[in-house]
Amino acid sequence: MDILKRTSLTLTLILVAGPLPHAFAEVDLSGSWQARNQQDAMQRGPGPYPVDYTGLPLNQEGRANALSFSQSTLSTIEHQCAYYQPTYVLFGPQGLRIWTETDAVNGTTVAIKIGAANDRAPITIWMDGRPHPSKNAPHLIGGFTTGSWEGDVLVFYTTHMKSGYIRRNGAPASDETALTGYLSRHGDILTMLGIIEDPIYLSEPLLITRTFQLVTRAIRPLDTPCIRGYEGGPSEGSVAQYLPGQNPFIGELTNLYHIPREAVLGGAETMYPDYRKKLKSDFVRPDKCTLNCGGPGRGGLGAAVAAPAAAPGR
Amino acid sequence: MKPVIRRFGDTFLIASFALAALGPIQLRAQGPEAGRGPAAAAKAAAPFDMTGYWVSLVTEDWRYRMVTPAKNDLMGLPLNTEAAKIADAWDPGADEAAGNQCKSYGAAAIMKVPARLQITWQDDNTLRMDVDTGTQTRLFRFRTQSASPGPPSWQGDSVAQWQAAVTPGPTGVPAPPNTLKVVTRNLRPGYLRKNGVPYSDKAVVTEYFDLFRHSGDQWLVVTTIVEDPQYLTQPYVTNAQFRKQSDSSGWDPTPCSATW
Repeated sequence: MDILKRTSLTLTLILVAGPLPHAFAEVDLSGSWQARNQQDAMQRGPGPYPVDYTGLPLNQEGRANALSFSQSTLSTIEHQCAYYQPTYVLFGPQGLRIWTETDAVNGTTVAIKIGAANDRAPITIWMDGRPHPSKNAPHLIGGFTTGSWEGDVLVFYTTHMKSGYIRRNGAPASDETALTGYLSRHGDILTMLGIIEDPIYLSEPLLITRTFQLVTRAIRPLDTPCIRGYEGGPSEGSVAQYLPGQNPFIGELTNLYHIPREAVLGGAETMYPDYRKKLKSDFVRPDKCTLNCGGPGRGGLGAAVAAPAAAPGR
Repeated sequence: MKPVIRRFGDTFLIASFALAALGPIQLRAQGPEAGRGPAAAAKAAAPFDMTGYWVSLVTEDWRYRMVTPAKNDLMGLPLNTEAAKIADAWDPGADEAAGNQCKSYGAAAIMKVPARLQITWQDDNTLRMDVDTGTQTRLFRFRTQSASPGPPSWQGDSVAQWQAAVTPGPTGVPAPPNTLKVVTRNLRPGYLRKNGVPYSDKAVVTEYFDLFRHSGDQWLVVTTIVEDPQYLTQPYVTNAQFRKQSDSSGWDPTPCSATW
């Protein structure tokens, strides 16, 4: 009976004082979340133009590195199966499959997992309070990620990544890059804010926001395993890289859209509204779009996302 | 005394189980959501402070936002053929001449316009957002007006609500609100994109405003969902992000323009 009374007293105190903060704060993010790729549709769908760094706060070193990148790099044997960094969740085309791993004994959340994509390693967000490794610890392609709840928002922090990209055209991310992510759920809509900080290649943090929609059709986390093979890469004796001043795509956006080269090459200044005023005097709008224009019936790029699978009962 | 203690203990025990059976009790202050008793003034119930000056950071859709895109550049937009035809007939000069230069500054598009925002409380239940680019004003009303709405306008009629991320189950604990949800109707037809991509007066705009803190900065992220049965084949979903400023630096009200 004493045990019963003590139990009831504890129960009453919990009820009166309010729910336990941990239990109160945790939102269930489990499920398949389809990417809504209407924003940055070209970047997230077929891929960006080879030299389009608009809106990226690259510093000079970052810009030089980006301009040296050749897409043929991805066809070289040693790069074919190299995954993207976890930052790829922000600019890649795929949706997310999220699940929770719980302690088998007490049921608490040990980790929240974001499943792999065919070119991104899985992300394990450790929720059990473990610290990040020493700064001298090895860097892994999936990095190391911890998370916590701030109210109903899951905040995660990733370090120890290998070098990679912040855009699928070779705009670089160093292995010093840190990603802070915020996942905020609004019913069936999931908003992800990512803040990418890189002391080597960025002069300011890069913010990327994107939206996912909960669907009942499971997102397959992995496609067929990557198998290396000859893809017609650079000819023998050549290297998949452009020397300074020799990137042939540097003028492409200027030709197509009349965007000044200075803006094409990015920089923190290009992110702010004031930069638009600077562009105003010299910009001449092209009369008509001639390439990658989207629209109904144009290869699906009007929407750049399949309509979410019909969800029974929703 | 012993029987008294026992009676107290038994009563206590019964009360405890009764409480448990009734479900958890939430004693903290509640937001003004429906079904939760008398609504507090929205200003007092705000889970975070949105007031102040904010500057947009354009890191996405750059070439549709920072410069005026070419006619027929429709990438990413879930348009039907009727909408594409209208976009193909876009004539910014005619818009200017007809006094429609603000068509791309309406509620369905305004958050994507590179700009600074000033957010204030107009009264205890109305949040006011002034946008310097295009000199637009949005009013987010937490209590709907009983009077019938006025004529359609660029910014329409916006109903606001502090909302929790998730809804509780039948016996679940109501979570405290952590986001601002705004639903806007009664819109004057406008442009989703500067180059004449239309939305109709049937469009409904649903927005979620989230506040995030990072390294001493505050970030306001807006998730915008535009639904338009006339011109869109599916909802159009975008985001915009703003960093809080410590003062009004850069605040520069400029009029609407159909060409820039």
